[in-house]
Amino acid sequence: MNIYVLLKRTFDTEEKITIAGGKISEDGAEFIINPYDEYAVEEAIQVRDAHGGEVTVISVGSEESEKQLRTALAMGADKAVLVNIEDDVEASDQYTTAKIIAQYLKDQEVDLIIAGNVAIDGGSGQVGPRVAELLEIPYVTTITKLEIQGTKATVVRDVEGDSEVIETSLPLLVTAQQGLNEPRYPSLPGIMKAKKKPLEQLELDDLDLEEDDVEAKTKTIEIYLPPKKEAGKVLAGDLNDQVKELVTLLHTEAKVV
Amino acid sequence: MARKVLVLGEVREGALRNVSFEALSAGKTIAEGGEVVGVLVGESVSALGQEFIQHGASRVVVVEHAELAQYTSDGFSQALMAVIEEEKPEGLVFGHTALGKDLSPRIAGKLNSGLISDATAIDVAGGNVVFTRPIYSGKAFEKKIVTDGVIFATIRPNNIPALQKDESLSGEVNSLSVDIKDLRTIIKEVVRKASEGVDLSEAKVVIAGGRGVKSEEGFEPLKELATVLGGAVGASRGACDAEYCDYSLQIGQTGKVVTPDLYIACGISGAIQHLAGMSNSKVIVAINKDPEANIFKVADYGIVGDLFEVVPLLTEEFKKLKINA
Repeated sequence: MNIYVLLKRTFDTEEKITIAGGKISEDGAEFIINPYDEYAVEEAIQVRDAHGGEVTVISVGSEESEKQLRTALAMGADKAVLVNIEDDVEASDQYTTAKIIAQYLKDQEVDLIIAGNVAIDGGSGQVGPRVAELLEIPYVTTITKLEIQGTKATVVRDVEGDSEVIETSLPLLVTAQQGLNEPRYPSLPGIMKAKKKPLEQLELDDLDLEEDDVEAKTKTIEIYLPPKKEAGKVLAGDLNDQVKELVTLLHTEAKVV
Repeated sequence: MARKVLVLGEVREGALRNVSFEALSAGKTIAEGGEVVGVLVGESVSALGQEFIQHGASRVVVVEHAELAQYTSDGFSQALMAVIEEEKPEGLVFGHTALGKDLSPRIAGKLNSGLISDATAIDVAGGNVVFTRPIYSGKAFEKKIVTDGVIFATIRPNNIPALQKDESLSGEVNSLSVDIKDLRTIIKEVVRKASEGVDLSEAKVVIAGGRGVKSEEGFEPLKELATVLGGAVGASRGACDAEYCDYSLQIGQTGKVVTPDLYIACGISGAIQHLAGMSNSKVIVAINKDPEANIFKVADYGIVGDLFEVVPLLTEEFKKLKINA
């Protein structure tokens, strides 16, 4: 089975966000595999171990994403592909990324594609379904369970807390929701092995794409930080009185109840 | 510039969701005086058409089919694309719900269009429709425009106020016949876990518990408070990881981002990842034993104390308030 994972390099969730020159500052920031994509990598490895085949991890970004791809290889993925758009694309959006990934995948034998359901930076959740649409294959988003038998797949989808049991077939794209699995940590031998695993670097040219073909269809015109919240009022006195005061404040001052 | 805007109304358990009324309001802003057409898709949804009009749609197009009884991206995209071909809108608005998140990228792909997901505000400036949306789970915000294709956005529940319902309004509810076929995903079963109470992402009041809740049973007083306030129960990652509750309740950078009118954090320390998921709530109350807990830095009101003492007292006080109101 040929399994592909869509992976994004993102800020560590611990990072505070600052802005410099109208952009999110990356100075000194730690980067990680987008947490939802980690579930995707883990699931791909488990599916491969159960059914055989190969796991290829794909990322669209800059050379810096190599580190996160190596981590996925150290977890147990077999191959990695990095489409480096740093020199070719000035401003990208979800359309750009999806178009590039689909362009790469349309020439591959694809059985299963697993992505995170959302990236914790951009937070749009568009790329997975857009790739499926471009490849004209079915997709199921926010899954918490995946079972494959032959070319049939049974998937559990999280729908705002409810679960749908869905039957579908391969080739298929799914996006991972929290709860799908527990991603493993790369082992030391895994890290050693990862250094020798193939990591292919491509540019738009290699995919027969021009910059115009992947031009973003949206544009960010401003980035800003939310106003800093003033520390509020910590109540004091007898607990019963504090509770009474709080209810009064919520009712008359904040007017939310 | 007047635009024709289609707004998808989402039906759950026979009723229109509140986020769909907010989407109509968003549609009006984008339309700049143009027509706002409601779209309802389902097995039997035409009876809801007039209500959608009373909330701001000038007319409603309904697509009904047995295969549309449950949402599938194949079925709903066939229905939506048929309406889009018929109406040729210049704008599209969905709610940023499980359905909207799943369906919108597909429709954007079919239209070869840009899409702005999870908008929290919309302004029209200099001929542009400018969307505000959180990035880094609300640690920052961006303003964004669509530069190619239909002006297409999904809106986050609870942020764009719905218009006042006007029962004197009425309009056309027309049915469009669409052949729904070749569904590639079949829903075999739906297991309802969240059906008790209000949906977390749309709730006006959220009562959230952290590690301080200590056990699954520890959520009971929070549930009681949520019931009295008509709210939903949420949780921090700590509480989910400790298996006090289901991951579907998790609020934070992984998990749900919520913006209710009132957020009551009980026994939550306030890790940066959790704050990302709730700090844009309108009013935040923190209840924690530790006066140094980070959560107090974002709280409007705080009580330093044991949640198992404070929460039941709060529930009693709110009950009294409701009786007197």
